[in-house]
Amino acid sequence: MELESTRDGYGEGLLKLGRENKRVVVLTADLGESTRSHWFQKEFPERFFQMGIAEADMIGTAAGLALSGKIAFVSDFGVFVTGRVWDQLRVSIAYNNANVKIGSTHCGITVGADGATHQAIEDIALMRVLPNFTVIVPADAIEATKATIAASKINGPVYIRLGRASLPIITKETAEFAIGKAELLKEGKDLTVIACGIMVHQSLEAANVLEKKGIFARVINLHTIKPIDREIIINAAKETGAIITAEEHQVMGGMGSAVAEVVMENCPVPMKRIGILDSFGQSGKPEELMREYHLTADDIVKEAQNILKRK
Amino acid sequence: MKGEKDITELQKICLEVRKDIIRMLGEAGSGHPGGSLSAVEIVVSLYFSVMRHRAKEPNWKDRDRFILSKGHCCPLLYAVLAKCGYFPAEKLLTLRKLGSPLQGHPHNIELPGIEASTGSLGQGLSVANGIALAGKLNKKNYRVYCLLGDGETDEGQVWEAVMTANHYHLDNLCAIVDRNRLQIDGNTEDIMHLEPYPEKWKAFGWKVIEIEGNKIEEVLSAYRQAEKIKGKPSVVIAHTIKGKGVSFMENRVEWHGKAPKKEETEKALEELNAAVSLRTK
Ligand SMILES: Cc1ncc(C[n+]2csc(CCOP(=O)(O)OP(=O)(O)O)c2C)c(N)n1
Ligand SMILES: [Mg+2]
Repeated sequence: MELESTRDGYGEGLLKLGRENKRVVVLTADLGESTRSHWFQKEFPERFFQMGIAEADMIGTAAGLALSGKIAFVSDFGVFVTGRVWDQLRVSIAYNNANVKIGSTHCGITVGADGATHQAIEDIALMRVLPNFTVIVPADAIEATKATIAASKINGPVYIRLGRASLPIITKETAEFAIGKAELLKEGKDLTVIACGIMVHQSLEAANVLEKKGIFARVINLHTIKPIDREIIINAAKETGAIITAEEHQVMGGMGSAVAEVVMENCPVPMKRIGILDSFGQSGKPEELMREYHLTADDIVKEAQNILKRK
Repeated sequence: MKGEKDITELQKICLEVRKDIIRMLGEAGSGHPGGSLSAVEIVVSLYFSVMRHRAKEPNWKDRDRFILSKGHCCPLLYAVLAKCGYFPAEKLLTLRKLGSPLQGHPHNIELPGIEASTGSLGQGLSVANGIALAGKLNKKNYRVYCLLGDGETDEGQVWEAVMTANHYHLDNLCAIVDRNRLQIDGNTEDIMHLEPYPEKWKAFGWKVIEIEGNKIEEVLSAYRQAEKIKGKPSVVIAHTIKGKGVSFMENRVEWHGKAPKKEETEKALEELNAAVSLRTK
């Protein structure tokens, strides 16, 4: 199986954009290579801004560039480009409705050995509460490239959540990617698994295991957390009667919470949110951490069997 | 708008703007008089003499840009924008009221003429840098002005931005610090020691111009000087009097963020009117 990280997909997206749109500029805070922005830097040095280890200033500078007609992509680690600069995101970007895109790499616990300080697992919650922001979580490198390009085409702030770990390619080059329109990956009638990012792959695996047990799970790739695809969620609730969400993020305030808000207000059905339960991450290999925090296909299978009893 | 006005004319406008600020705050019942009054000459000189801008075409591509980093002093900016014709002067009395485009801190989406939303201190210079960088990229020759409070420069982000402007040789950028020596809780040197202040900016690679910031002639000459500096950004450190023009507010820390009551408003306007008639004599 082909493996590639979503940050690589982002870097490729930036490069494509650089070639087709002169308005695109990229900023980073001493993390050019780690965020895969150095490919853009090499080809378009005059449109690349090294800002030093000064994230707050970088956000403001990006806002100023955007207010002057540029499409500014900010590339940085998820922890440093959300919580650390949340007020700058709120005032200088969101309140200005500035055309800034945040390429947020190293999200989730699969960052691995660097440990809790470097694992952004609160970022979806922090970003989806900001007005004017669109929030996207690509499921693989192909989708990350598409999301990067799509983000450049809408006017306003976009947050793109990316990871460091190499992931299987599960989407197709030819599949259409539309912001706000979730992707139905597998039909099913007994329950629905709604996932984003790295958990989409785990959910597909879980659905295959469940199928062998005679349980048919629908699988949805909810790549856009905001604006959320209400229709696909409501239909899933109505048609399958039970929903599991799976994300590499705190369950509080994350993608699962966003889905729960839609379900609860429209057609309440039994739900279970899989994610990190009010704790920090820790050092370890990505696969070890996925097991430790119950983010594997096996965990999804187990919860699927449990939720059917609540239907 | 780049028609030169003479000094007396500008001084008259300053008095009118001070009266507008008092009226607006009196009507609103809350807001920040001290830092609005101290920076009147700084902002009036920009909009009535120095900057190229068009009130009827606020998004004119080649305009010079002004960012009010100390957003709490927006009554001053609103009064100046209205006087330039960006919006009708009647709107001034809607300050801080429900539905008004004159928000308690400036919002660029609501009000034409506001380049960037501010109010959370310490962010404006970074935004100004971005606008100045875009100017260089686009080979435009507009200039970018950014007004900060002295207390505001306690913020670490300001010094990040100070480094960035130097690193990218932003000679199209001119920062102005309203050095009124007061912030909310007291004297700047008691709250967080700033001196030796000009030396700090110099050490970060900036051209430093120190002036008496309530003297129009000095303010104008500082901007002229800054325009000629090449290869690095300039900062005008403007020594001012917080609350300038209203005797009972001058240098009084308690007038940082409270509005004058009815009698205080009248008293302040009386003083300012007396100053006007003195001038026109
Ligand atoms: C980030 C942030 N912290 C605190 C405040 C609250 N605040 C508003 S004005 C002010 C003091 C500002 O003093 P200074 O910059 O000297 O302004 P001036 O004297 O010109 O009014 C403070 C602390 C704020 N607006 N933003
Ligand atoms: Mg002050």
